[in-house]
Amino acid sequence: MKRIFAREEWCLACHLCEYHCANANLPHKEGGNFNAEMARNLKGRAIRPRIRVEEDDRVHFALSCRHCDEPACKKSCISGAISMINGVVCIDRDKCVGCYTCILACPYGTIVPSDDGHAAQKCELCMQNSCGEPACVAHCPNRAIVYEEVLDE
Amino acid sequence: MDLYVHPRFEVLRSEKKCICCRVCERQCANGAHGYDESAGTMESYDEKCVNCHRCVALCPTKALKIAETSHSFRQNANWSGHTIQELYLQANTGGVLLSSMGNPRPLPSYFDRILLNASQVTNPSIDPLREPMETRTFLGKKNQTVTRDTRGRLKDNMGAQLELRAPIMFSAMSLGSISYNAHASLANAARELGIFYNCGEGGLHKDFYKYGPNTIVQVASGRFGVHQPYLMAGAAVEIKMGQGAKPGIGGHLPGHKNMGQIAATRMTPEGSDAISPAPHHDIYSIEDLRQLVYSLKEATGNTKPIIVKIAAVHNVAAIASGVARSGADIIAIDGFRGGTGAAPTRIRDNVGIPIELALASVDQKLRDEGIRSDVSLVVGGSIRSSTDWVKAIALGADACYIATGALLALGCHLCRSCHTNLCNWGIATQRPDLVRRLNPEIGAEHLVNLIKAWQHELREIMGGMGINSVEALRGNRLMLRGVGMTREELDILGIKHAGL
Repeated sequence: MKRIFAREEWCLACHLCEYHCANANLPHKEGGNFNAEMARNLKGRAIRPRIRVEEDDRVHFALSCRHCDEPACKKSCISGAISMINGVVCIDRDKCVGCYTCILACPYGTIVPSDDGHAAQKCELCMQNSCGEPACVAHCPNRAIVYEEVLDE
Repeated sequence: MDLYVHPRFEVLRSEKKCICCRVCERQCANGAHGYDESAGTMESYDEKCVNCHRCVALCPTKALKIAETSHSFRQNANWSGHTIQELYLQANTGGVLLSSMGNPRPLPSYFDRILLNASQVTNPSIDPLREPMETRTFLGKKNQTVTRDTRGRLKDNMGAQLELRAPIMFSAMSLGSISYNAHASLANAARELGIFYNCGEGGLHKDFYKYGPNTIVQVASGRFGVHQPYLMAGAAVEIKMGQGAKPGIGGHLPGHKNMGQIAATRMTPEGSDAISPAPHHDIYSIEDLRQLVYSLKEATGNTKPIIVKIAAVHNVAAIASGVARSGADIIAIDGFRGGTGAAPTRIRDNVGIPIELALASVDQKLRDEGIRSDVSLVVGGSIRSSTDWVKAIALGADACYIATGALLALGCHLCRSCHTNLCNWGIATQRPDLVRRLNPEIGAEHLVNLIKAWQHELREIMGGMGINSVEALRGNRLMLRGVGMTREELDILGIKHAGL
């Protein structure tokens, strides 16, 4: 199972991952101009990325869903909207009632309210969007976020 | 009041594309970008921009570009705007102008005026994809006599040699002038490519001893970090007599860069200026140089070839002849386009001679004197492409040194501000937050790609000439023709004019 890993020693806290995450989860035209589309998508918009750079003076790294083996969010969900699909913790927007219990339950703080506020959203490894591979990984300028097989087990 | 110096560059931001992600602001160590909270827009401080393109490269919507200012002085063919501004700077500060990297002046490039040959009809060209093409090269003194023992068996009397998978190496850049991560990139790439990198005059960081078989260690006039294990760690030892960017000038690593591991590696007190004197204070003649060459040979048990690096200056052929007689195994010559982490601008831009001319005259002189086989010749000072490389070999070089090209592969955009310690690409800086911008994994990959690409081109070009080994290309000046050169230039280069 491949997972997103943060490599703290190479993170520049440039926050590019957050913007690429936000962009990847917005609608895209097939074959459109990537840069122009990103500008159109994100211009003047407050983004709610599913990956966040945690930073202070000494250390910074990008944090997104860990896809826990026993997800606290899944356990806490009152509407059964959170499920594990092929090892990826996913939220079904149609079932989510926007109670945000999962946001409270997540020990990493990696679940955020969606733009419209009606549901919760989280990193689903870009499996469901136009990107096809984690956008944060693809666009990290310093390989500080990698998408790799979990080595243990 | 100071004389006004207008900003050289203008940051051009497309308001339509800018999404105010502030990546440019976070990534500019010079502070050329800012964010106006109240207006919710980005702003630029043109006077701080050095045109390093870090913001341009990282802008996710490609909303940025940097332009040379169109601000002008009244037209004057003698006093260019740039010259006037430099004069203002000096009038304001009373200081020597400092610059970095190689000489940028529009002086002639001889490489650009040399054309290569190719086979047609009478001598078949070779397809490097289907036939073997040898690029392996050995550097060091080659014996001209065969000796046998009493039973008639050949005696191995060959001195220490450097074996390169391709005749190219990364030239000396000290830890201090460039970052730990830049060194890690070079060392890793050299190992993977089967070539060598040169640790420069700042000593060898303890973490890099493991790359020793692919390292050339340098002994310069400051003798920083030189001790017995250091000399034994490398595959060869280089004595630095001069540098193409600043012949006749020493080095100076300012105290604020000489901190922590840099200072420890140099064996100097932290925070003290690390000064390399202009001359070696124990070398005032070829005989003195010979003493150092043999001291180093003795210190390393004759197991390492000794390289002597000199800058290309007016009388370079005679100097090289002397160096060859000093017992050096390899002579490295650095041309006037060679780079530096910091040099007085006037020196960098006006001292030294082009490497093409220096190389041709040195090679010829050593041949004339019958001592060409006593030394290998390595040249550097702006080998910009595989064709510069091929032309240098055909002019007589055994191998080439590249450094500026290698730094470009690491992300350098030639903004020539290395001396400010604010390198936004993590190369020429010691600020930890900037150094981490260069991930050596990525750096080494780019370097390996670059050299592999050049190797492909080298094979392709040699194949076209009908040559299947670098040995056969070396000094093969018949493969070269000049265009637009004077008789004198052609004579020095030892090549014919195109059409002949």
